[in-house]
Amino acid sequence: MQLNLLTICYLIASVTFILGLKMLSNPASARKGNLVAAAGMTIAIIGTIFLYESEGQRLHNYGWIFGGLLIGGIVGTLAAKKVKMTAMPEMVSLFNGMGGACAALISAAEFYHIYKVHQDAPGTAFYDIVSVGTYITIAAETIIGTISYTGSIIAWGKLNGRVKDYSFKGQHIVNMIVLLLTLVAAVFAYRSTLDSIFIPFILIGFFAFIYGILFVMPIGGADMPVVISLLNSFTGVAAACGGFLYDNKAMLTGGILVGAAGTLLTILMCKAMNRSLTNVLIGSFGGGNKTAGAATGKAQGNYKEISLADAAMLMSYANKVMIVPGYGLAVAQAQHTCHELEKILEEKGVEFKYAIHPVAGRMPGHMNVLLAEADVPYEKLLEMEQANDEFKTCDVVLILGANDVVNPAAKNDPSSPIYGMPILEVEQAKTVIVNKRSMKPGYAGIENDLFFQPKTSMLFGDAKKVLQDLCAEVKAV
Amino acid sequence: MENILNWISDNQQIIYIVILMIFVGIEVIGRVPSVLHTPLMSGANAIHGVVIIGAIIVMGKAESDNYLALILGFLAVILGTLNVVGGFVVTDRMLEMFKKKK
Repeated sequence: MQLNLLTICYLIASVTFILGLKMLSNPASARKGNLVAAAGMTIAIIGTIFLYESEGQRLHNYGWIFGGLLIGGIVGTLAAKKVKMTAMPEMVSLFNGMGGACAALISAAEFYHIYKVHQDAPGTAFYDIVSVGTYITIAAETIIGTISYTGSIIAWGKLNGRVKDYSFKGQHIVNMIVLLLTLVAAVFAYRSTLDSIFIPFILIGFFAFIYGILFVMPIGGADMPVVISLLNSFTGVAAACGGFLYDNKAMLTGGILVGAAGTLLTILMCKAMNRSLTNVLIGSFGGGNKTAGAATGKAQGNYKEISLADAAMLMSYANKVMIVPGYGLAVAQAQHTCHELEKILEEKGVEFKYAIHPVAGRMPGHMNVLLAEADVPYEKLLEMEQANDEFKTCDVVLILGANDVVNPAAKNDPSSPIYGMPILEVEQAKTVIVNKRSMKPGYAGIENDLFFQPKTSMLFGDAKKVLQDLCAEVKAV
Repeated sequence: MENILNWISDNQQIIYIVILMIFVGIEVIGRVPSVLHTPLMSGANAIHGVVIIGAIIVMGKAESDNYLALILGFLAVILGTLNVVGGFVVTDRMLEMFKKKK
C-alpha cells in the first residue's frame, strides 16, 4: 500500500516536471510552471522520506536527512534571494555544480555500498558482482556528475571574473587524453578485485575532476551561457543514471527530461548567436586562434570623444533615442539610472526605446530581466529584428557597455571570428554614442570598427556614473 | 553479446522511458522564445535536482555505524537540496521580473 502510494507520488512528480517545463517555455505561464515543478518535487521528496522501502525496510537516519534538508534549504534560499540580478547566471551555474556533485557523491556511496556487502570475499573480481549495465551506470554517474561539478565551478568563476580564460597549445589533445584516462580507469576498476578497487575508483573521480576544469577553461566568458546549459543537461543525465540505479522513475524521467531539453536549449542558444556547438567548444572565442590574431592585428583608427554636455544636448534635441544595453550596464548596475534617463527624456518629448540583442549581457534574456527589474515597460524593449528596422529613424543610439553585438565585422569581415553572428545594425542611426570603460575589446577579443567610424563618438566611464551625469546634464538643458 | 541482450530485455521498461522522455524533452521546449532561455535553463536546473531523492535513499539506507556512507549521504543531501531549493527560488525571482510588465 505504502509503496503503491510512493509510485503515485513519483508519477505526479514526473508529470509536473513535464508540465512545468512546458509552461516555462511560454512567457504567460512561465512562473506558474516553475511552481508546478517545485510542487511536484516536494511531493517526490516527502514521499521518498516517509514511504520508501527497500527489502521491506523503511529508511532510517531521519535526523541526518532532515538536518541536511534544513541546511541545504536555508543556505539555498538565502543564496538565491540575496544574489543580485546581475549575478544570476553564475548562481545558476553554482547550483548546477551542486547537483553534479550530489550525483557523484551518490555514485560513490553506491560503490562503497557494493563493496561493504561483498566485503567477506575480498578476492572477487568486481565484474563478478555487478553486471556491465549497472556498472556503466554507476561509472557514468560518477564521471558525468564530477565533470558537471568542476565545469560549473569554473564557469561560475569565469562569470564573476575570478577565473581568467586560459588555454595552451595542444590543449584539445591533452583534454582528449584526460578523458581517455578517465575511461581507462573506469574499465580498470571494473576488472579489479574488491580489495584493490579503491585506487582505480578514486582515479576515475580524479581524472573526471581534471577533465571538467580543462573542458571549460579555454572557453571564452561570452560563451559561458552555452557551456552552463550543456553542463546542465550533463547533470540531468547523471541524475537519470541515479534513477536507473535505484529503479526510481521520478529521477529517471526528471533527469532524462532535463538532459534532452538542456541539450536542445544549448543548441537553440548557439543558434541565437549563429554559431555551432562544436565551434563554441573547440574554436573558442578567447582561444586566441589565428583569425582573431589577424583581426586584432589591424591598425587602430582614430576615435573621437564626446563630452557629457554635448551628449546630453544631442539626446535632448533628438526625436528618438535608442539604448543598446550590454554587459557594461549589468556590471555597473546601471539599469535603474537608465530608466531614470528614459523618464527625463520622455518628459522632453523624446521617444525612448531599448534595442535588445538576444545574447547581450552574459545570458540570453539577461538584459530583459535587468531592465524589467528597473520597471522599464515591456513595449519599450525591442527584439533584434524590430530594432534593426527602427535604427533608420533613430537620431541617437547610446551603447552602454555592449561591444561584440554591435560589431559590423560580423557582417562585413568573413575572416572575423564572429562573422555570421546577427548584430544590431546601429550604424544606420544618425549618431552613435558609445559608452565604455576603455578602448579594450569585448569578450571576443577583437577590435570593433564601429568605434572608428565618423558618426561614432566615445563617452568613456562607468555606465552608472555616466548615466547619472547625463541625467543631470539633460535636466539642465 | 548475450549479456547485453539480456540486460536490454531485463530493463526494457526503463529503456522505453528513456527514449520517450528524450522526445518529450525536445518537444516540450521546442518553441521557446530567446527571452526565456535563461529562466528555462534555471528551471531545468532545478528539476534535475531530483537527484536529491537518490541522496535521501543513500542516507536512509546507511547503517548507523557506517560513517563513510553517512558522511557521503549527508553531503549529497545538502548539495541536492541546495540545487533544488536554490534552483526554484532563483527561477521564481527571474520570472517575477517578467510578470511586472503586464
